[in-house]
Amino acid sequence: MSAPAANCPNCGAPVTFRWSSAVQTTCEFCHSILVRTDVNLERVGQVSDLPPDASPIQIGTEGVYQNKAFVVIGRIIYHYEQGYWNEWHLVYNDSTNGWLSDAQLEYDLSAQTKAPPRLPPPDEIQRGNPFEFNGKTYLATSLTRARYKGVQGELPFQFFDKTTMLFADLRTPTGEFATIDYSEDPPLLFEGRAVEFDDLHFKNLRVFEGWS
Amino acid sequence: MTTPSVTPQVVKPKSLNCPNCGAPVEMRGFAHTLNVVCPNCLSVLDATSPEFEILQKFQRKERIEPKIPLGTRGKLGDKAFQVIGFQVREVQTGDDSYSWDEYLLFNPYYGFRYLTEYQGHWNFVRVLSALPVETKSVGKPAVEFQGRRYRHFDSLTARTNFILGEFPWQIRVGDCVDDRDFVSSPYMLSAESTPGEVTWSLGEYTPGKQIWGAFQLPGSPPPSYGVFANQPSPYEGKAGSAWSTWLWLNIALLAIALFFSMSSANREVFQNTYLFTPAMKTDAAFVTPTFELTGRTSNVEISVRTDLNNNWAYFNFALINEDTGQDFDFGREVSYYRDSDGSEGSPHDSVIVPRVPSGKYYLRVEPEMESRILQSMSYELTIHRDVPTHAFFWIAGLLLLIPPIFITVRAARFESARWRESDYAPVGPSSGGDD
Repeated sequence: MSAPAANCPNCGAPVTFRWSSAVQTTCEFCHSILVRTDVNLERVGQVSDLPPDASPIQIGTEGVYQNKAFVVIGRIIYHYEQGYWNEWHLVYNDSTNGWLSDAQLEYDLSAQTKAPPRLPPPDEIQRGNPFEFNGKTYLATSLTRARYKGVQGELPFQFFDKTTMLFADLRTPTGEFATIDYSEDPPLLFEGRAVEFDDLHFKNLRVFEGWS
Repeated sequence: MTTPSVTPQVVKPKSLNCPNCGAPVEMRGFAHTLNVVCPNCLSVLDATSPEFEILQKFQRKERIEPKIPLGTRGKLGDKAFQVIGFQVREVQTGDDSYSWDEYLLFNPYYGFRYLTEYQGHWNFVRVLSALPVETKSVGKPAVEFQGRRYRHFDSLTARTNFILGEFPWQIRVGDCVDDRDFVSSPYMLSAESTPGEVTWSLGEYTPGKQIWGAFQLPGSPPPSYGVFANQPSPYEGKAGSAWSTWLWLNIALLAIALFFSMSSANREVFQNTYLFTPAMKTDAAFVTPTFELTGRTSNVEISVRTDLNNNWAYFNFALINEDTGQDFDFGREVSYYRDSDGSEGSPHDSVIVPRVPSGKYYLRVEPEMESRILQSMSYELTIHRDVPTHAFFWIAGLLLLIPPIFITVRAARFESARWRESDYAPVGPSSGGDD
């Protein structure tokens, strides 16, 4: 895996990619949003200040889940009526990527999966309705309307112009989890499972004053 | 790939001053906290707005002091948690109401947990990310979760009556949630519904003593009253084991009885047939020839077989030791009546004289009958030494029944006390204390 280095077209600071498939990153210094073109980095916008958050995870946090090591390389902060949640963008040591969502310190690990030809539209997402994706039966739990509140680091797509997004959450009795992201056409499917903090064997976490 | 090292970023708790009364408001939940209550004037503040906008003023006149003070830390389930929020929730049932306390616990890595307390009964609760499956059990609602079946206990609407501390969600005094509880002691599953979502949580019954130890609280926990929905029964599984113990003791008893009956000599030592004519006004008493009773001190059975028919007779017996004169006196009535409707009594009778030492004995016999009767009665006397008896074993068997019955009754009473507080309580006056 390469870590191509470039310079921020805005401030000239070095910009490093930890994941070769990253499409977008942010400049650590001037917070410009930079999109990778064939050879260059193009500045497409500026990240506004990130909302204060208290996730123990940060860019650079490493972990191991079921013998697969990962490092956190980016994140999206969503805002919805109950507050904020983080989607941490992970790259595994086999160069695949995934997401670790942290909603009030409840952790879900997921990755984009092959969506069936037809995903249920939002109006079919009623609590308790069953849906089968890739051989697993999930029950719908909620529809969430959320807004982008900020981005940081490397992401697998360009973020801008997605102001409001609609997500469907589905779960199983054994802790598996699926999300349908309706902001794309056709919608995207992510599947994974709820995970315990200790099962992620984190390193390089944030430190909280008064807690060691 | 080389990962650049990232310096740990230290997150500091923030504090603010209440815009209503100016009192300092301490915050322990970092940026998770959305709402915080001023400890002085009890205003609910928006912790995310720069000016800490007042969301709600004056909740009620009297303060309620949490039994575990805000800020207290303790170790529950191997993890450290700090109490950061407290609420009192109330349920209206007709004209009555009751309330319980809820503590919000926080750890910056492991997240949020809850402690609930109702009349000295505590539950350690966490929100679930897996979905319990709704089903039916004996026609009643139930849920299944991780191989356990939980029976529906009650459905209620809980209103938040008092709040202190901080919360990672929007909270106001007066908030209501619909709650359904399912129990499988020591666990309880609760489904809290708001119009948008249902949140399942799993509680585990935790003795107050354990909470007091975990949080190193002074004194002792408040005493618990009654039986709580998911309180483990002290008789759990004990009734079953008491019955299996009973079964094994009975098998042992049966074996002993069998041994005794096989080892008893059951020897016939005397037999003779006599005729008694009541009309003859002579002294009917007589003695038998002597017979030898041998072996260990044991019982003697005297059997009488008569030809009585619609008649009765009375026998005075005395078993007398020829050498010592020691005697065993007893009387037996034999009566036998029958007609077209059936019969009553028996023409035969037997009696066991316990613990007769060995030696030479004779039997003194004095039959009596209604003197007007003209017929004679013929009867046969048989004496057996050392016959097997089962009375002791019957009594022992009955006594052995007492512990399992006692435990079964206690277990059933505990369960009925548990369900008396549920939606499935038997109809009728149930308020007030029963034991």
